[in-house]
Amino acid sequence: MTATTQPAAPDTTNDREPLLVVDDWKTYFKTAGGLLRAVDGVSLRVDAGSTIGLVGESGSGKTILSRSILGLVRSRRKVEPGGTITYDGVVINKLSPKERRRYWGKDMAMVFQNPMTSLNPVLTIGRQLTEVLTLHLGMSKALARARAVELLESVGIPEPKKRADEFPHQLSGGMRQRVTIAIALSCNPRLLLADEPTTALDVTVQAQILDLLDEQQSARDMTMILVTHDLGVVAGRTDTVAVMYAGKIVEIAPTKTLFTETRHPYAEALMRSIPTMDAPNHTRLFTIPGRPAQLTGEPKGCRFAPRCSYAQEKCLTEQPPLVAPERPDHSFACWFPVGTKPGQEALERNLSAGQTAAGTSMSLMTVLGA
Amino acid sequence: MAGSGTAHLRADDDVILRVEHLQVEYPAKAGLKVQAVAGISFDIRKGETLGFVGESGCGKSTTGRAVLQLPSPTAGSVLVQGKDLTKLSSRDMRRERTRLQMIFQDPMSSLNPRRRIRDSIREPLTIWGRDRGDGRQKVDQVLEQVGLDAAVVGDRFPSELSGGQCQRIAIARALIMEPALLICDEPVSALDVSVQAQILNLLEDLKEQYGLSMMFIAHDLAVVKNISDRVAVMYLGKLCEIADAETIAKRPAHPYTRELINAVPVPDPSIRRRSEQKAPAEVPSPLNPPSGCRFRTRCPRAEAVCAAEEPQFHKITDGHYVACHFPLQETPMVRTSAEPVGV
Repeated sequence: MTATTQPAAPDTTNDREPLLVVDDWKTYFKTAGGLLRAVDGVSLRVDAGSTIGLVGESGSGKTILSRSILGLVRSRRKVEPGGTITYDGVVINKLSPKERRRYWGKDMAMVFQNPMTSLNPVLTIGRQLTEVLTLHLGMSKALARARAVELLESVGIPEPKKRADEFPHQLSGGMRQRVTIAIALSCNPRLLLADEPTTALDVTVQAQILDLLDEQQSARDMTMILVTHDLGVVAGRTDTVAVMYAGKIVEIAPTKTLFTETRHPYAEALMRSIPTMDAPNHTRLFTIPGRPAQLTGEPKGCRFAPRCSYAQEKCLTEQPPLVAPERPDHSFACWFPVGTKPGQEALERNLSAGQTAAGTSMSLMTVLGA
Repeated sequence: MAGSGTAHLRADDDVILRVEHLQVEYPAKAGLKVQAVAGISFDIRKGETLGFVGESGCGKSTTGRAVLQLPSPTAGSVLVQGKDLTKLSSRDMRRERTRLQMIFQDPMSSLNPRRRIRDSIREPLTIWGRDRGDGRQKVDQVLEQVGLDAAVVGDRFPSELSGGQCQRIAIARALIMEPALLICDEPVSALDVSVQAQILNLLEDLKEQYGLSMMFIAHDLAVVKNISDRVAVMYLGKLCEIADAETIAKRPAHPYTRELINAVPVPDPSIRRRSEQKAPAEVPSPLNPPSGCRFRTRCPRAEAVCAAEEPQFHKITDGHYVACHFPLQETPMVRTSAEPVGV
């Protein structure tokens, strides 16, 4: 998948049809502090059969974006001032809620973060699975029941017949997440959105659930959007990664390129701030000073500038566009990209000045490669 | 795993905390008892950080709380600089607790929402009569040490601050009593990665400045490895392995430790670790733990002896102890290079 600033431009490098195209999408909320720009102009192209990772910290807009794609953001304070979401050639964001629902289950399905709260505690596992099958696919009760047991087996639940008659509380967290995946897969969706599917789980269980999603995706030729805060989770499991900050995509590239030719200072900082098993203990971690950006108010310049060690005057006044100057599938929104001459010069200027143009002291920054 | 024994304990004067055969039981349904911690022993030297890692329900948090006698352990001893906390009256224990401070997972809920930051931090000084008119000054000093501007945050309420700031305040409140031992229970798991790095660096700085001894409990092995001098791996109420952080990461001897390491997601697209085990990773019920080694039901190396006999801690090399009948010799890491990911 690729993200382009002009989505109309044909992408000749790719012969697969995009299943989902998000064009300059915005989701705002009216709050006491002004308009909160949760998703602020995101463009995204997801090719059929591919997996894209949406990575960002809390408040980056990754969850609101994925819920907007499904039409799940229900709030009286919500404003959607612009942009389109096109699924399989149909603009779906203008459809009525009733028409939108027709896409749920069969076309798009979602796996949520917390399997404790996304299952109904008073219905058996089997009941929750058959409900989807009878509602969306019109199966008879007996057929749905047989199919439910099959589904439970396919997601690796031992004794699926017995489990189908049990309630969610009788299952462990990992087992419950397998059940929600089975429910999401029950109608063979073409697009699966997984919103932090493993964050609430233990690390050993996380690895198994991610393997399961992988297997199911290739077996069904499904398209997947994996939303996570963990770059480690997307590293081995996605074709493309989009890094979000303050409601915008700041960098998007094929996974390998993003990790090896990181251009946006935020993406770089995010990568380096994770402790790894390979580094010796007591290794000083790379930190990002300050705190996540305020999302209210008209952004002036780059939202990341106050926390960025590369920030220059231009970053404070002009918003950098998401462009692809190096290769068509690698876009980033930065005036002074990491690993380029302007970036290096900006960093050196800030180092000799002792502070960035935003007034952040360079002593707060962990500077790499300087 | 699931081993017992005290072979790994060290006999020197520098040991600040020595826990032996610690056992914590909770009543469960039908008169049964759950052993959340089933007889573990460990020690911490002055200025040392001992990390505890394991899956949820392994008893790592319970261990931390049992050291503070919250609640008191069912059996075993907790010696802090030679004094057995389990034998103290509740009054003496209260006094002793000032030297043992704790930081919790959720920084927002561990601060009183209706109290100003400065008052929350100052309260322990008032209670223990250490506020001799210089309390405010001490509070401002400790706030500065945790990287906050006292003039800005001092008069605010927790709800006005971010999670990372609240965690710094929780650390400041713990430090103001000048503790001998700091127990950190999942202090960074509720934080974003960029903030997590700030807090981990801060804890390292403070450890250096004050020679703090720390018990650091977390589920994230990479985080534990980064901050700890030594790491203890727990499973179902028992200790499996204890060694310095480098050895745990590079030469794990317990099959469970290796499974944990293999499950850690690596932020590098060219490395792909696959779980060796295909069967769902289910932890057996602590109400009815497996006989012998508690890990045997998930262990790829389990044999008959593992069900019959509980493994005891034994030495692999200096400072590296494992409770396993068939410890791993070398590390056949399950690493397969993935094909370059293309679009």
